[in-house]
Amino acid sequence: MFTHSLQRATVVIALAVGPGAAFAQGPNLGKPISPADLAAWDISIMPDGSGLPPGSGTPAQGAPIYAQKCAACHGANGKGGINAALVGGQPLTTGIDTTKTVANFWPYPTTLFDFTRRAMPYPKPRTLTNDEVYALTAYILRLNNLIGESDVMNAATLPKVRMPNRDGFIVRFPDKMP
Amino acid sequence: MPSSHSTRRGDDLEAVAGNGLLDRRSLLRGGAAFAAAITGYVLSDSAAAQQLADDSWSAGAGRLLTDYEAPSPFEKNVARTLSNPKGETRTSHARTPHHLLNGTITPNGLHFIISHSGNPDIDPGKHRLVIHGLVQRPLVFTLDALMRYPMVSRMAFVECGGNGALLASKEPLNINVQALHGLVSCAEWTGVMLSTLLDEAGIDPKAKWVIAEGADSLAVSRSVPISKALDDAMIALYQNGERLMPGNGYPMRLLLPGWEGNMNIKYLRRLKLADAPAMSFYEARTYSQILPGGKAYQFYFLQEVKSFITHPSPGLKLSAPGLYEISGVAYSGNGRISKVMVSADGGKTWAPAALQEPVNPKAFTRFRAPWRWDGGPAILQSRAWDEAGNAQPTRAEMIARRGETTAVPNVLAFPTQHYNTLTSWGVERSGEVKHVHA
Repeated sequence: MFTHSLQRATVVIALAVGPGAAFAQGPNLGKPISPADLAAWDISIMPDGSGLPPGSGTPAQGAPIYAQKCAACHGANGKGGINAALVGGQPLTTGIDTTKTVANFWPYPTTLFDFTRRAMPYPKPRTLTNDEVYALTAYILRLNNLIGESDVMNAATLPKVRMPNRDGFIVRFPDKMP
Repeated sequence: MPSSHSTRRGDDLEAVAGNGLLDRRSLLRGGAAFAAAITGYVLSDSAAAQQLADDSWSAGAGRLLTDYEAPSPFEKNVARTLSNPKGETRTSHARTPHHLLNGTITPNGLHFIISHSGNPDIDPGKHRLVIHGLVQRPLVFTLDALMRYPMVSRMAFVECGGNGALLASKEPLNINVQALHGLVSCAEWTGVMLSTLLDEAGIDPKAKWVIAEGADSLAVSRSVPISKALDDAMIALYQNGERLMPGNGYPMRLLLPGWEGNMNIKYLRRLKLADAPAMSFYEARTYSQILPGGKAYQFYFLQEVKSFITHPSPGLKLSAPGLYEISGVAYSGNGRISKVMVSADGGKTWAPAALQEPVNPKAFTRFRAPWRWDGGPAILQSRAWDEAGNAQPTRAEMIARRGETTAVPNVLAFPTQHYNTLTSWGVERSGEVKHVHA
């Protein structure tokens, strides 16, 4: 009978549900969220600079902010302390256990802005203004001689900073990449 | 096949590889006789001689039941080790004591944790999950809403990309299995398939990545290929039957079975579909591995096939020559374990270990092999293969591919990651077990 076979089909489907089952039907309980509300959530910044907020800063503006809010963990002038040094670094040919730094390792300058804005200062994250984050980013890039002394970092200039190790990477499993 | 005349001493069990490794089938065949012949470990002072009179616990009624059971007070040493017990402004690690556990499930209170800024106490009623970016309908989910969705349960290990990295040390270290491999655990996870939620939001064909973000203070973020998100990714809500532990992502985490632990974003609050990876701090900097020659791996993703012996291992002193069971765990981010071999002579000869059923994909498989210790020096190793045909690399193979450290690392350091080579335990005449290179 039709009903009977339908029930059997349901049983078979139920038995087949496993971790790999794609697109199981849900009750559609997600609520729409407006672009205005999303703006408060979306702090993602991409390597091409999309997502970078308005604002700007220079190395000179970043120095006093660094001394006040960052040096306790990262040391005076980025030399390192309880947490990572932000300046210097040995060539990666030194060994597989070479300390990774902004200058010797980080492929994109946007990562520096993003992580500073989302996670720093460690005890009070997301308390810096966008201008302060740009200024700190500029200060750290300047400490590493990656920008000029009077260069202004903003949404247009930051993504253009060429990091020394930009092409130093090998994708481990190309077949897993989109 | 040899005959099965196991004696109480087990002297006639057939050796199948050097230095006393026995046929794995004697575990089944020997039965009680084999069990009787097994010699114990010395964990602590021996118990006092048996009394004819009742012990206090038998002489009267026991204590009150509790509403949430805690282990016996005699098991207080079964605990995680903490890398940052005073909560300094740095990452904290809690490592699983594999040498004091058995089976394949890590109890929730002993599941490893890496926390970059402590465990947040999230109010589940206020937590939200947002899905947006390259979708047709940006959506926000409450936990109550997710609890109404169809759920799936599966076993899965979660392993830090840096677990076992000390194997890259150019010299062996004075460490046990907890210090070396304590950043992997295995649990049954229950939750909603991510594909169900992405389908509800409507995936824009331009979406190639899902950028996940947590509600911890650092808003830890990682980019996940959408193929993985649609394959077996889960929004995990339960861990071994109860709600997630705070250190494991309460009230919800992204579970990416078999993939690098850090990508399994805890306290999951946001998923943004994008056409490129974010190159977040943890993917662009932390979880990239420097190679000999100065290039670095990026987007390693997989936790590759690996095994290690938990018994015997450092801290479990062999009490006397005789029969022991060598056992440990094997797992692969590529699927099921297909074979584990064990050696008692530092890799010169090998014998197959028995695999405890069920062998689940991307989960711990317990292996066991009988071994007769003659009281002399021995070097115990295990080596695993997965169903995709990948073999756990020997130390020589690993060093050829990935190098080793230039200095002897601090035991809390991570000189590299994804270093899934063999672990060697040296058994000394005294019965002490130590980490060695072989």
